[in-house]
Amino acid sequence: MIGLFLRDLALAIRAGGGFGLSLAFFLVFTALVPLGIGPDTGRLSDIAAGILWLGALLACLLSLDRIFQLDWEDGTLDLLATSPLPLEGLAATKALAHWVTTGLPLVALAPVLGLVLNLPGAAFPWLVGSLLVGTPALSAIGTFGAALTVGIKRGGLLLSLLVLPLYVPTLILGALSATRGAQGLDAATPLMLTAGITLGSIALLPFAAAAALRVNLR
Amino acid sequence: MSSIWEYANPRRFMATSAAILPWVTAIAAICMVTGLVWGFFFTPDDFRMGSTVKIFYVHVPSAIMAVNAWIMMLVASLIWVIRRHHVSALAAKAAAPVGMVFTMIALFTGAVWGQPMWGTWWEWDPRLTAFLILFLFYLGYIALWEAIENPDQAADLTSVLCLVGSVFAVISRYALNFWNQGLHQGASLSLDAEQNVADVFWYPALMALAGFGFLFLALVLYRTRTEIRARRIKALVAQERFA
Amino acid sequence: MPDLGQYVVEVLSAYGVALLLLAALVIASVWRARRVAQQLTEVEARRSGKGTP
Repeated sequence: MIGLFLRDLALAIRAGGGFGLSLAFFLVFTALVPLGIGPDTGRLSDIAAGILWLGALLACLLSLDRIFQLDWEDGTLDLLATSPLPLEGLAATKALAHWVTTGLPLVALAPVLGLVLNLPGAAFPWLVGSLLVGTPALSAIGTFGAALTVGIKRGGLLLSLLVLPLYVPTLILGALSATRGAQGLDAATPLMLTAGITLGSIALLPFAAAAALRVNLR
Repeated sequence: MSSIWEYANPRRFMATSAAILPWVTAIAAICMVTGLVWGFFFTPDDFRMGSTVKIFYVHVPSAIMAVNAWIMMLVASLIWVIRRHHVSALAAKAAAPVGMVFTMIALFTGAVWGQPMWGTWWEWDPRLTAFLILFLFYLGYIALWEAIENPDQAADLTSVLCLVGSVFAVISRYALNFWNQGLHQGASLSLDAEQNVADVFWYPALMALAGFGFLFLALVLYRTRTEIRARRIKALVAQERFA
Repeated sequence: MPDLGQYVVEVLSAYGVALLLLAALVIASVWRARRVAQQLTEVEARRSGKGTP
């Protein structure tokens, strides 16, 4: 599993691996928000936490179809399926690799973008914390979605349609934690709930993803 | 590549459904008409809500059935996963558009009802938002069925989606309550809180609910028959190609 | 028609759209059912015409 993990890392970072694209998207999205809703810094300050959460989520979403697609296309996925590594382990490893190459960088970039959006000072630790806790869920859920649609040609849009409703609880609770942190209210409870969702997703979704992969690899 | 027509299950289903469908449809029609006519013409206005209380008779039954439809799909998906009864998988597929339409009705009537009361066409109230998300779940489920060629693969993948989606739907419901305390009246339909809704409103609502319920049953039976036939066509056409 | 007071538009549009959506659902279901049933008879006729493979 470690070998697979390192391989995926290397693939992502290499040119054409899409490593920087999620970050670039996050940046562009953040730049677009004031252009769309007006430069009023007071208003931006109020919604910055939510916007950043949304941007990170969407950047994650866009990178999901890479999780299995390349391996599917060149037959590697078939090989991996016949290897002694259980499909559940494969799914979990893929999710972890996705998080490390997409989720974590987004978490790192978020506070920088927070400065751009006038995020209130108190919110920074909560933003980073909630994203750190929530992005693994996004990766786990996204890996499940990718496993469902791996066999579908140009299934990217369908993947988004399937995954976005599943992202709702994480988004609500994660963004709530960041926003409440900005306002100085109790941000710990939503953070705990986000953590709960993440732990549940990491534990259970690899099984669902493996089931989907099995179906698609028949 | 054997034809599913040879399995006893679909044949028995076709025979049984053919027999009971006219009755179910008739009961559905009677209950619907009775409930809605009663509610629309023969009930008083509410003290606070005025005549908009009449929307209750369409909004509440459709909302309840929208959720029940998903639960039925969940059960049918489980039966498919565990027992591999084709009829079960196809019944879930058949039920989805019905549930989706019920959700749309609940959303529209909910918004229209809310407008004079809350002053806006849409409020991000937890229950209304939950129904919006439920609508998206239905959409995704149907889209996945449509996207996959092989019927058994489609049945497998959509049932996994339904299972996972159900878990997230329940979690979302609680997350939404956390997110916004909401303006929906408290459980006016719960079993022990009947005094919340006066009898004069309760009985026609119950009748309308029965109407929606039997309509759901009728439509699912009817549509499942179509799905079984469509599946048989696929199997036969595939046989033709290999012959 | 009962006196709907100031809420005529709301109540009537709620009922109207609900009934319309239900009608559309029923009509679409019947239409598809008829088409599929017809396709099935065609395919089965072809099959019995050629003899069982």
